[in-house]
Amino acid sequence: MDRLTPPAAADKLRGEAAESTKLDVSEELRLDLENVAFGLYSPLAGPLNQDDYLTVLAKGRLADDIPWTIPILLDVSEEEAAGFKEGDRLSLVCGGEPFAVMNVEEKYGWDRKTHCERVYKTVDPAHPGVAKAHEMKDTLVGGSVEVYEPSPGKYPKYRLKPRETRFLFKEKGWRTVAGFQTRNAPHIGHEYVQKTALAFVDGLFINPLIGKKKSGDFTDEVILETYEALFKHYFLRNSATMVTLEMEMRYAGPKEAIHHAIVRKNYGCSHFIVGRDHAGVGNYYGPFEAQEIFDDYPDLGITPIFFRNFFHCKRCGGPQNDKICPHGPEDHLNYSGTKMRSLLLEGKRPDETMMRPEVVDVILRHREPFNP
Amino acid sequence: MSEDKVPVMIPRSLYEKIEERIAGTSFTSVEEYVEMMLENEFPEETEYSEEEEALIRERLRKLGYIE
Repeated sequence: MDRLTPPAAADKLRGEAAESTKLDVSEELRLDLENVAFGLYSPLAGPLNQDDYLTVLAKGRLADDIPWTIPILLDVSEEEAAGFKEGDRLSLVCGGEPFAVMNVEEKYGWDRKTHCERVYKTVDPAHPGVAKAHEMKDTLVGGSVEVYEPSPGKYPKYRLKPRETRFLFKEKGWRTVAGFQTRNAPHIGHEYVQKTALAFVDGLFINPLIGKKKSGDFTDEVILETYEALFKHYFLRNSATMVTLEMEMRYAGPKEAIHHAIVRKNYGCSHFIVGRDHAGVGNYYGPFEAQEIFDDYPDLGITPIFFRNFFHCKRCGGPQNDKICPHGPEDHLNYSGTKMRSLLLEGKRPDETMMRPEVVDVILRHREPFNP
Repeated sequence: MSEDKVPVMIPRSLYEKIEERIAGTSFTSVEEYVEMMLENEFPEETEYSEEEEALIRERLRKLGYIE
């Protein structure tokens, strides 16, 4: 559901914001709130109230039982919280720019340990999500948000709203669409998964995640440019498209896989591709936990497509997976992102069985292809 | 006001399988589960006014998504 304030009403909100108590929010939260406004986080209307927050932690669902696994939270310090009360309307500001008005419905405390255990399944501060939770302030504020000044986004030409993607799918005649989440430059294994899924649906929706990621991940520029190269040389324009999703990675593994699926459903996808260790980091999650969690969500409204291990088989002579290749591990070369990354860092080219030469060219053109 | 409903017959064995499936979940009845599954199968079409359709088509064309 699109909640973006229409231009005709934006002026009124701008005037109201100028008179209201101001609250600074991070760039990441601004993106989340814009995603609420665009309808990507439907049915959310803003940062979670306590009832919803607690049931999301306990059951991975909102209080009305709708699937939701990643809490969208607005945190403030006690000092900031003392500056407004429930029922107030706040002007939300990011980088000095007011962009939204929030109806404050609730202020409440939270427990970081429970939060981390439930969302990330760990309290290890080395986990990026846990580390972020420890940086967050003590009071949470719930309520609905009216965004009147959405940012153009980092790559405006690739940033479409759900109403636009749904229209696009209809225009292209795609009744079934598989969404593919990525935070990587594509290797042959990714392409194999995408094209295997595409064999069963009308369209492929490549949806790179643009936003805050951990050190060592590919930069947003590299992800986008490598996919542009892949599209130019290896995809059919009438069966695949690419749109960016501006949202931070949480690395919450299974919980985030469900979140990613919900967002793709809101874009209008009928299917969502879930690979091995989706949205994982380190060894916090089992390799297929992000697939198994879908058993708990028969009411998700989008069909997951699962892929297990895929690799290059020297005897088959191409990409294979463990369901179809009869050969042993001695014939298999894994599509190891870590290995390819090491080679690229040394300015070396991964083998063509691992990565398309056009993709490698793009990566090597960048002096710093990875996040510092 | 709740929507007008009509009965649909399904085999008892299937009904019982669904009962088993939803035991311990938030579904309170087989009917609720079946309704949800069918809603997923037939999602609501997004509707556009003529004006919005023209604006979206123009933007998608400019961005190169459609001809």
